[in-house]
Amino acid sequence: MITDIVIVIAAALLMGVYVSWRAGRIDRLHARVDMARAALDATLLRRSSVALELAASGLLDPATSLLLASAVYGTRDSEKRPRDLAESDLTRALRAAFSQPGFRASMTAKEGADELLGEVEAAAHQVFLARKFYNDVVAATREARGRPLARVLRLAGRAEAPEFFEMDDSLVAESAGVSLGPHPPGHTMSVSSDD
Amino acid sequence: MKIGITCPYSWDVPGGVQQHVRDLAEALIDEGHEVSVISPADDDTPLPPYVTGAGRAVPVPYNGSVARLSFGFLSTNRVRRWIKDGGFDVLHVHEPEIPSLSLLACWVASGPIVATFHTAIPRSRILLVTYPVVRTGLEKINGRIAVSEAARTTLVEHIGGDAVVIPNGVATRRYRKADPLPGWPGEGGAIGFLGRLDEPRKGLPVLLKAFEILGPRHPGLRLLVAGRYADADELLHRVPAELRDRVVLLGQVSEEDKIRVLHSVDVFCSPNTGGESFGIVTAEAMAAGVPVVASDIDAFRQVLRGGEAGELFANGDADDLARALGRLLGDPARRAGLSAAALAAVAEYDWSVVARAVCSVYETVVLGSTQVAVTAPGGEFG
Repeated sequence: MITDIVIVIAAALLMGVYVSWRAGRIDRLHARVDMARAALDATLLRRSSVALELAASGLLDPATSLLLASAVYGTRDSEKRPRDLAESDLTRALRAAFSQPGFRASMTAKEGADELLGEVEAAAHQVFLARKFYNDVVAATREARGRPLARVLRLAGRAEAPEFFEMDDSLVAESAGVSLGPHPPGHTMSVSSDD
Repeated sequence: MKIGITCPYSWDVPGGVQQHVRDLAEALIDEGHEVSVISPADDDTPLPPYVTGAGRAVPVPYNGSVARLSFGFLSTNRVRRWIKDGGFDVLHVHEPEIPSLSLLACWVASGPIVATFHTAIPRSRILLVTYPVVRTGLEKINGRIAVSEAARTTLVEHIGGDAVVIPNGVATRRYRKADPLPGWPGEGGAIGFLGRLDEPRKGLPVLLKAFEILGPRHPGLRLLVAGRYADADELLHRVPAELRDRVVLLGQVSEEDKIRVLHSVDVFCSPNTGGESFGIVTAEAMAAGVPVVASDIDAFRQVLRGGEAGELFANGDADDLARALGRLLGDPARRAGLSAAALAAVAEYDWSVVARAVCSVYETVVLGSTQVAVTAPGGEFG
């Protein structure tokens, strides 16, 4: 009789510890999502600012400069165009500039060109990395929230499920033509699927 | 005069600016000028003899959509070579605020430059017009033309300086002759309408209501409607069932078929309730020699010479429209008279007239100036 009660109480305690551990994990995952998002925002901002610097550098012809500047302005105005689309537009504008035949060769003679172009490429690569990390933690969080126990006991509380950030972030054209679909097929950098 | 014209958008994509450049270039050639146009175009696109391709137009995101433009150092070199070889007296750039050939031409050229601005610059792009590379390009322009009052207003307010307003022309000759669609206009007569059907200001509902009144009185009378619409069924259901088979919807038609539509009807109707600054479709109908019945908004009152070159009805009044249409359908002599008057009136809007107005701008800017030349290679960005 007494052993039965002890077992029940012990089971309830264990259960409680398990549930609170799960809830704590979901909470920590949400915090990681926030950090990853902040890092992603920072890399996007950095990419915009070096792209604008390139546009204003006088290294490019005025039409390419204007295209880049226009794409950068687009990323600042989220009311006009959703962030993911505007950032993808900037990727495509950069890709259109960088994928011109002989583009790098035409730049080597110009002072400071290699450094600035290298900076743009590095900033674009950081966006790719930050977005990959962000989408990874979003996927983990959504998976943890989606477990039956978490759903039944509402372990996520009132926090909203984080959204994946999908965008075109490759500076290298997939094929000869510049891909322009919202999510280019076979895009190697999409980490996660849409829900 | 030797004239070099730049077109910013791909020649093989249909668009208002491309059409304008084509009509202007051809009208200038007819006037005896030597014209060369440079335009983005895919290498396999067949081009008229006066057009030089500037290479593949690259689809890029611009201003929230995808545009096919020419940019980059290769395009710059092509423009430079074209200007060097052309020996132009005047360079005429279209839409130089767009990141494409016109902007490149402004940068590499020196000498007399005329620019045409086609659209009112939206607020979202005004920041870009003041962008340094654009400003420097725009500052080299000696004479500015705006296609509409709205386009001029944004120039004056945001770039400074003024512009001459020279509206688009009508290529009247293209509209003069065409074969009617098979079976049209038919025994009972036909009324025509062209325009966006789902744009209420184009006034199709007024015409449908008038047709409802006229239909029973004129057995065999048909209505031919061409234009883009979202829901054909919804549109047809606004017409009483017994008249429905006498309303023919063509959907969006090609430029050629549009002219055939105009030649397929006895009377053309422009029931627009507002929002027109010129009424290009009405002018095209006049150029085809079709008698026109139009609402009495300012734009139509002007192009129809206050009713001399076409019937006017009280804007939005379906009864008055039905009366005007009925009167014309029953009076072939009046129709012939209006047709002749319309042809005479629309000649005033012909491209040849526009070309002459543009030429006087050219003549003003070349005064005391040298030929168009290229700035030294290896200059600001070369």
